[in-house]
Amino acid sequence: MRLEPRPSSAGAAKILWPAGAILATVVLSSVLVMIAGASPFTVFWLVAKGAAGSQFALLETLTRATPLIFTGLAVAVAFRAKLWNIGAEAQLYLGAVMTVVIGTGAVTLPSAGLIPLIMVAAMLTGALTLLGPAILKTKFGVDEVVTTLLLNFIVLLFVSMLLEGPLKDPMGMGWPQSKRVVADAQLPRLIKGKRLHFGFILAIASAIVVWVIMKKTTLGYEMRAVGHNAEAARFAGIPVNRVIAKTALLSGGLAALAGFSEVTGLKGNLTLDLSPGYGYTGIVVAMLAMLNPLGVIAAAIFVAGIFVGADAMSRSANVPSYIAEVMVATSLLTMVAAIMLMRYRVRWR
Amino acid sequence: MSEAFEILFTASFWVAAIRIASPLIFATMGELICERAGVLNLGIEGIMVAGAFSGWFTVYMGGDLWTGVLVAALTGAMFGLLHGFLTVPLGLSQHVTGIGITLLAASLTYFTYRILLPEVSSPPKIEPFQPVVVPVFSDIPVIGQALFNQTPLTYLAYLTVAAVAFIFYRTPVGVAVRAVGENPAAVEAQGISVTAVRMGAVMAGSALMAIGGAFLTMSAFNSFFFEMINGRGWIAIALVVFGSWRPGKALIGAILFAAFDAYQIRLQQITGGVIPYQIFLMMPFVLSIVALVVVARRATYPKALMVPYQKGER
Repeated sequence: MRLEPRPSSAGAAKILWPAGAILATVVLSSVLVMIAGASPFTVFWLVAKGAAGSQFALLETLTRATPLIFTGLAVAVAFRAKLWNIGAEAQLYLGAVMTVVIGTGAVTLPSAGLIPLIMVAAMLTGALTLLGPAILKTKFGVDEVVTTLLLNFIVLLFVSMLLEGPLKDPMGMGWPQSKRVVADAQLPRLIKGKRLHFGFILAIASAIVVWVIMKKTTLGYEMRAVGHNAEAARFAGIPVNRVIAKTALLSGGLAALAGFSEVTGLKGNLTLDLSPGYGYTGIVVAMLAMLNPLGVIAAAIFVAGIFVGADAMSRSANVPSYIAEVMVATSLLTMVAAIMLMRYRVRWR
Repeated sequence: MSEAFEILFTASFWVAAIRIASPLIFATMGELICERAGVLNLGIEGIMVAGAFSGWFTVYMGGDLWTGVLVAALTGAMFGLLHGFLTVPLGLSQHVTGIGITLLAASLTYFTYRILLPEVSSPPKIEPFQPVVVPVFSDIPVIGQALFNQTPLTYLAYLTVAAVAFIFYRTPVGVAVRAVGENPAAVEAQGISVTAVRMGAVMAGSALMAIGGAFLTMSAFNSFFFEMINGRGWIAIALVVFGSWRPGKALIGAILFAAFDAYQIRLQQITGGVIPYQIFLMMPFVLSIVALVVVARRATYPKALMVPYQKGER
């Protein structure tokens, strides 16, 4: 078999293949649900209800989507320039570390000064975290996939060390957790008494800013050019290494915002389970959005819905909530295949 | 200080080093085969999880230990088939697909574990592979015990390196695998299918990764728990680069790495909590990055690594 580019007017393929991807994901997870001894219809209904069936469910989904928008944006920006940042998890955690370093009482400022200060500091921390692997890539030719992956492990151990040492909450009954950030450092809740917080608005705003950067600025153009063909970009006079460094700063900063917003908006302090793999899930979000910053919002809400819905489902049906991870991973693989088949026609010969 | 130095001369240290090296040897050889054929396989971490579980579960259900190894290998090969299909004929991004395979293999494993063993609170145990002393060879001073007082799976790891080296450099199959990673068009011109060779290499490599995972549940430990692979797959990818895509050098890299890992565990006991234990646990990952930086400048990647091949294209 071989692949041939489709004429750009092939409209049906643009709908059929993504629909096929969703269908394939549904079929595979149905099989797993049946193996678990439950009815797929009941289970999918429960997942949908748990994700969007009530005001509580919907707000919970949006709350869960917030960090995923940030990490999804981080990945989308980096992948667009073919900077393979698999380390959003590390950048998220170091952003959260900086958040509690400043936010737990070290600096006293009114809310309007303190929150932006923490935000910028967290972003800088995340940005520098990815700058390291980016420089290793451009100066030494070290593959950033491996370095960012390995950094995830190093950073998690580093955070664990901090939480058992200098950042440990003395009133924490011995648990490895940081002190809570002061009231002035906390993001307001959007609806009184609900968990959805201002971080969600920040995430939407970030997506719009990133969209503008990607579509309307020279940097965005350069990033796309480097991602498309680095050699050609260099030949055209684009400073490829500088563009990669800037991409890294932007991507790392965005991922760090996920850590910042989880601590200041939702959890209040830093623990080792702040992120159940948001950095990795961000890759799925970015790919489902086809690396489009605005698409990241929708993709993050969709993925968050699956997680929140599956959690609710597993409480009433006897199906492990790991089905959500399986569905998300499957949708990633089927979607990248669908995107390819949208653009190319398979010829059998 | 001398105490820290004396560790290096104890037989138990080197026995531990080889034990730690064994799963890495399988995984590194697996990744090396894939990459020499031109396909980066980031599915490695998840494939090791799946191999660790499927091998262990086979034995837990009453299967023979070697049947467990075979089941693990087949499980790995199935994920290899999926990774190969998506990246070779479809030519999808090897990075994204690989991460997807890791997420899928790990989550499917956890899901299956919960379905098959819903009631257990602590992971059930199996009777794992026991060390088999090889007569005569094990009497060699210092290295004898380390190399020849191990479980059969470690001996299989040695054999795997020898087999990979032999196949690569002494057989037509090996020539074809290396050639599709360097110059696929030339291979196609010989009438050999690039797709078939790459698919075969990815499946074989993935099977080895899965056996590496199974080593942990069936030889190093005796039960399966979540997060037990703990980055070993990613370290194997670093070791392939460190070994400049050669089986012998990669083997030396894996053993050096494992020796360092075994050393830090013992050093941790000597220092007795003065230095936070996390520093020691970080060292293997830091070492991997340092090793990559050291070799990166003169690394010669397989020329067609991560380049999808289309018949008739140049």
